Amino acid sequence: MKEEIIIAGFGGQGVLSMGKILAYSGLMDDKEVTWMPSYGPEQRGGTANVTVILSDEKISSPVLDRYDIVIALNQQSLDKFAPKVKPGGILIYDTNGIHNRPTRDDITIYPVDAMEATLEIGNSKAYNMVVMGALLEAMPYKLPMENVIKGLKKSLPERHHKLIPLNEQAIEKGREMLRK
Amino acid sequence: MKGNEAIAHAAIRYGCDGYFGYPITPQSEVLETLEELMPWETTGMVVLQAESEVAAINMVYGGAASGKAVMTSSSSPGVSLKQEGISYIAAASLPALILNVMRGGPGLGTIQPSQADYFQATKGGGHGDYHLIVLAPSTVQEMVDFVGLGFDLAFKYCNPAMILADGIVGQMMEKVVLPEQRPRRTEEQIRQQCPWAADGRKNGRKRNVITSLELESARMEVINHQLQDRYRRIERDETRWEEIDVEGADYLIVAFGSIARICTKAKELAAEKGIKVGIVRPITLWPFPTEAVRRAAEGKKGVLCVELNAGQMIEDVRLAVHDSLPVEHFGRLGGIIPSPEEVVEALEQKLISK
Repeated sequence: MKEEIIIAGFGGQGVLSMGKILAYSGLMDDKEVTWMPSYGPEQRGGTANVTVILSDEKISSPVLDRYDIVIALNQQSLDKFAPKVKPGGILIYDTNGIHNRPTRDDITIYPVDAMEATLEIGNSKAYNMVVMGALLEAMPYKLPMENVIKGLKKSLPERHHKLIPLNEQAIEKGREMLRK
Repeated sequence: MKGNEAIAHAAIRYGCDGYFGYPITPQSEVLETLEELMPWETTGMVVLQAESEVAAINMVYGGAASGKAVMTSSSSPGVSLKQEGISYIAAASLPALILNVMRGGPGLGTIQPSQADYFQATKGGGHGDYHLIVLAPSTVQEMVDFVGLGFDLAFKYCNPAMILADGIVGQMMEKVVLPEQRPRRTEEQIRQQCPWAADGRKNGRKRNVITSLELESARMEVINHQLQDRYRRIERDETRWEEIDVEGADYLIVAFGSIARICTKAKELAAEKGIKVGIVRPITLWPFPTEAVRRAAEGKKGVLCVELNAGQMIEDVRLAVHDSLPVEHFGRLGGIIPSPEEVVEALEQKLISK
């Protein structure tokens, strides 16, 4: 098993923390993991992205140019990373503000309205966990939910642990959204 | 955890006595994590944000002179500021650990990853004939391990050691196993390990003088020869490297730090195209694994040096192989990270299609 994933969007959408929770979830499931962010000024505005690799074996390069799964949360990220999905791979993107839709027919594409699903939950901060739910549902590697919860606990500071049920609900919402 | 956070945890667990730093991206998490962990309340380790890089390195000089296990960390422009102090520490034969998480330069440059401080780290970035022991981590685990190794070597040879990391390994998160917490050495243990330390004259011992100043040239030459003898011993006994599938390969890649991992992926991609590539990853950049590179290059069709700079380590590789085969360089500059695909392309263009 090896999943090479990139999550890309605006700074502030929770891209890096979603990657962190994903990496910790993999760690709790006894996988080798790497989490490599784009860091610096783009975290405060502009685009942010993070490469997460989950694998049974030792991971060589933490930096990639082709991905099994791309998650694009704005037009810029979609334009940049849609061509980089490996043939047969998966592309998940948020349809909000997207004018140019991806046209590739050699990959599986999931357009989702994660913002609307988030509004249904009523807490905009849960946006990245809705997206996480969609990823968990679409990903061939089935990460057990109990390890995702452990990953959440590990990556959130203790004072935010009371928000875990909300995050869980958001993940479930994301799974439903993808199944539709 | 992140590479930078791992450094902080490793320093505390090693029993480090003091950290003196000044924030700069991409390594500020070292200082931040130490402040968060508050080791002064547990092991008694001092953590201090100095007023500048120059102040920080001179605090390290002072701490090291008293036999303490002390360290500092910075990124390229900050490490340039520390060079005077580093030269003094090397000249005074003191153990200390310096971390450089390199960013794109020259000048203030970018905050993205780079390896352009290879010359500065390995050829003596400050003035005078001196060397640092330079360790290049490629994983977050090695960030942890090299804190221990760096201090051990620094104390074994009374010579400053440097961990030369890049923004990738500083900023990325991976699985790590932290060592057991070691107690800090007692004053008595420090006296035994470092009889030269300026730790307060007690029990009628002779005065210990630590200085890099010697106005008499004949004496200064003797001191220089002593340093050189030590460097030869370090070259003989402490050269470290990793070889990946060197035997049976047609081409050799030499790369250090996180870039060696990108090259490992490139090696896999090349194999799919039927190109057999082996890798030598220098772990100590000084002393450079000259003999290992020479042996690994034997019988190969060419060597590609992949570095995040315009061609620095390639000079040491060329010296190692004496023009016996083509040696080419591939690198991205200013903070750009090459993809594994780009490395394969460079290999094909620069060596195979020629």
